[in-house]
Amino acid sequence: MAFLTFRGMTSHSSPAIELRGVRKAFRTPSGASHTAVRDLDLTVQQGEFVAVVGPTGCGKSTTLTLVSGLEEPTEGEVLLSGEPVRGIDDKIGFVFQQDATFPWRTVLSNVMAGPRFRGVPKAEAKERARDWLARVGLSSFDDRYPHQLSGGQRKRVALAATFVNDPSILLMDEPFSALDVQTRALMSDELMDLWAGTGSSVVFVTHDLEESIALADKVVVMTAGPATVKEVFTVDLPRPRRVESIRLDPRFIEIYREIWSSLGEEVRITRERGAQNVA
Amino acid sequence: MSPDTSPPALSKADITSADATRSARTEERARAARRRRGIVLLARAAVLVFVLGVWEWFARAGIIDPFNFSMPSKIWDQIQQWALHGTPQGSLLEQIWYTLYEALLGWVVGVIAGVVLGIALGRVRFLADVMGPYIKVLNALPRIVLAPIFLIWFGLGPASKVASAVVLVFFPVFFNAFQGAREVDRHLIDNARILGARDRQVTLQVVIPAATSWIFTSLHVSFGFALIGAIVGEYIGATKGIGLLVSASQGTFNSAGVYAAMVILAVVALLAEGLLTFLENKLFRWKPTAHDAR
Repeated sequence: MAFLTFRGMTSHSSPAIELRGVRKAFRTPSGASHTAVRDLDLTVQQGEFVAVVGPTGCGKSTTLTLVSGLEEPTEGEVLLSGEPVRGIDDKIGFVFQQDATFPWRTVLSNVMAGPRFRGVPKAEAKERARDWLARVGLSSFDDRYPHQLSGGQRKRVALAATFVNDPSILLMDEPFSALDVQTRALMSDELMDLWAGTGSSVVFVTHDLEESIALADKVVVMTAGPATVKEVFTVDLPRPRRVESIRLDPRFIEIYREIWSSLGEEVRITRERGAQNVA
Repeated sequence: MSPDTSPPALSKADITSADATRSARTEERARAARRRRGIVLLARAAVLVFVLGVWEWFARAGIIDPFNFSMPSKIWDQIQQWALHGTPQGSLLEQIWYTLYEALLGWVVGVIAGVVLGIALGRVRFLADVMGPYIKVLNALPRIVLAPIFLIWFGLGPASKVASAVVLVFFPVFFNAFQGAREVDRHLIDNARILGARDRQVTLQVVIPAATSWIFTSLHVSFGFALIGAIVGEYIGATKGIGLLVSASQGTFNSAGVYAAMVILAVVALLAEGLLTFLENKLFRWKPTAHDAR
């Protein structure tokens, strides 16, 4: 209880995530320096769902690795609840685009991994893992290995394995992009259900504008690489939302048009650059 | 009335007849597969009989000199004689046991050293940078020439054979473990770190399991190397072992003895290989089999 009020108090003073003037450059194999993001300012409030959209390969994922602490910015600052990021924070949950379940562990053992890494006793970890497996509808699959599951089921395992750690900051890097369209809509709804009530802040990177509007409170449009924030749009659609039905809402279409006029230009720039490279 | 009822009746008959033809065809296919397996086995046996037969015939007809090349029947007699009456160096089982013991011990020590160092260098960049050139130099050495040195250091007993097995086993295992540790999917490591794993947990619970398939590939090859190390060591100088049987037979111009020792060695190696495959299948239940992947 004390912990909860403490968390509540900090939320008033400082946002969950804050990036200030961040630049990240990578060294390419040929030795040249490649800037992925530049002059990046971004704020995510406590409990807010922010979607980041931008052209392919513009540096959206880099933003997430900087927030997670997996990488350090070349310039600028990344703050979590007002504290600068030093390594990987316990508050962080990260769902990757690629399959990142451990293939040699069973489903149950995969979901137990997080708590076990963090020193939770086995019995308690198992109980929490079973609870989350039930919530993602995989209770009867707990002794299977990942290769015996479908893509959607593996993604559910990844979600359970992330949520079981009770992260207050959830980073998602195109988590559903490898799934077929129907499964993707289903997973989006499930994500909404799982997220509701956790009070965690989410940064959801995607290249699918529809998905981003359906899920988020705020949509951040990034420029063509090196990426920086171009515009931020507020999505004022009421919650709870269902992905399949909200797409037909007139307000949804209005927002879509508005954001696309901004995003479309960046997509076009990226495409023209690609064409130049080919030529 | 009748037009209403007859079509379903007809279609039902169609379905059952389709079922019948399908099951007949499945049966037919299964029979063809069985027949094919039988033919392969038969052809295999024919190849063996042909080679042994020609060898025996050539030796008996004097086309090849049986003193130098021996012949299958003599080799068989030799094996039988060793098995029933023992070898000049003691019972046959004792010789086999000595060679196996030396090879196994050398293999285990070499594998443990190779895996530990391979994973350590694969994980710790500093170690890899410092040790890299030395390991390359050692690997470039023809390590089998170390066997005489080990004989001088450790004497005629098993220790010198174990040592030559260790140096032969170490390098392939080391390089595979190193490569395996380097090639672990970055996302798995990132995911583990995000979930809360510290460096040691990443190594033990992510890198090592992920590298096991690399390591196991080298285990198959390296057991063969361990046998080579033990045999060569025994051949150079020993008091017991199959390698000694080879050198003793050679010393008495008993070519059947050399071949007989080879046959025994091949059987031992095949049994060990089978055991390893069995263990591997138990350990890799988490892997999709070739059948699943298809």
